[in-house]
Amino acid sequence: MQEELFVSGRDLPHIDPSLEIWHWPISLYLFLGGLSAGLLFFAGIITVLGKDKEFPATVKYASIVPPIALTLGLMALVYDLTHPLYTWQLYTTIRLESPMSWGAWVLLITTPLSFLWVFSYYSELFPKWQLKFEFLKNLENFLIKNRRNMAIALIPLSIILGVYTGILLSAFNARPLWNNAILGPLFLTSGLSTGAATIILMAKSTHERHLFSKVDLALIIIELGLIVHMIMGMYAGSEVQLEAMQLLVGGEFTVMFFGFVIILGLIVPAMFELVEILGFKVPVAVPAILILIGGLVFRFVMVEAGQITRYLY
Amino acid sequence: MVIDTLKCVGCSDCVVACQTENDVPIGYCRDWITETVNGAYPTIELELKSERCNHCENAPCVRCCPTGASHKIEGGIVLVTEDECIGCGACIESCPYDARFQHPEGYVDKCTFCHHRLEKGQLPACVEVCPTKCMYFGDLDNPNSEVSRLLKNRKYKTLAPEAGTKPHVYYLI
Repeated sequence: MQEELFVSGRDLPHIDPSLEIWHWPISLYLFLGGLSAGLLFFAGIITVLGKDKEFPATVKYASIVPPIALTLGLMALVYDLTHPLYTWQLYTTIRLESPMSWGAWVLLITTPLSFLWVFSYYSELFPKWQLKFEFLKNLENFLIKNRRNMAIALIPLSIILGVYTGILLSAFNARPLWNNAILGPLFLTSGLSTGAATIILMAKSTHERHLFSKVDLALIIIELGLIVHMIMGMYAGSEVQLEAMQLLVGGEFTVMFFGFVIILGLIVPAMFELVEILGFKVPVAVPAILILIGGLVFRFVMVEAGQITRYLY
Repeated sequence: MVIDTLKCVGCSDCVVACQTENDVPIGYCRDWITETVNGAYPTIELELKSERCNHCENAPCVRCCPTGASHKIEGGIVLVTEDECIGCGACIESCPYDARFQHPEGYVDKCTFCHHRLEKGQLPACVEVCPTKCMYFGDLDNPNSEVSRLLKNRKYKTLAPEAGTKPHVYYLI
């Protein structure tokens, strides 16, 4: 039996008794970043495949979301900094071993690119509001010509952005729940899945909706597989990892994790989508919204639970 | 740094000395005392020790810092440059010892081994004031230094070596 007491009163606000350095803005950003990555990836790949006329929601309507989501996400990130006036210091160096550093650079490239992408569809999206200035029209024409090039750039950038949201957490070896290699692919899959759900919400044609229901179903199955891998890996891990897993399996985050993320966020929408693909009529908004809520709750659970786990010595 | 847990009485003089020397804001501390009770009554054992940043060889805080504000200087001391720090908290998340905190002014702060005193040839404030002389500070690369000799002759441990950080504060047991 061991008992540890801090006798000098280690009064470090936000650290004792449990770490609370990262609050809701980080979880929100991880969700919005993953969602944007998913949407940009699908827009990029559909355009590169030359199917952009066939899937208008993917390339056109849903692409309004990433610039807004990334802007909100970036605002959330800066809001959570305690020394925000020095944010520019991020762009004075590239540190490859720090995921946050290259994540900041990827965001610096991807966010403007997502704006340019939407702008290339400006006339089609807002036919009532014509562009007034000549240089804006020229810019739009230039962007329309270079749409394929932008799509080619978006595919790797969105994958890096999606993986980054997970790697950001898994780089911290001091937090056993985060410190596993599967988190990168898991967050990427979850981001792609929320992206597909948004497209399902915005799609007008059954053809487009069905394709993304199939894609989403596949992504959900992959995601469930990755979650099982994560839990198995933790159970085969060291003592600190076992303790970390207890929070999700039989601990204070179990209801949130199994109830909202796995059952309501993955399994139930997967069933809805399966039924829809089989040809039955279901309200598609239900699975899509469940997936989005599940994705958001998943980020909150991982960020909050991860900060509780630590090395005991 | 070497700390003799058998000589430490847990008086917290090191904590107060550090707070005074480094102008640590009220309600924060860069070092602290832990009291660990092992075993079940009547065979119990009490261990007292003063803890702080371990100035790890494989420092995760330096690796995770996105701006390079957390850096290591010659001799192995890990420092934070205040006006390069953006307060993102990555180093705090990465530290297995929870040795870092966000200063009320925004940047991240922690033990510097009293770097400003070392430059003048003085010992860190905590080592200087310890009434039981349980703390030793010196060059581990020099085999004849007091710290090297203590580690050669005494049993010692480091904190959470399984985290892979190679900490440089040694506790004699």
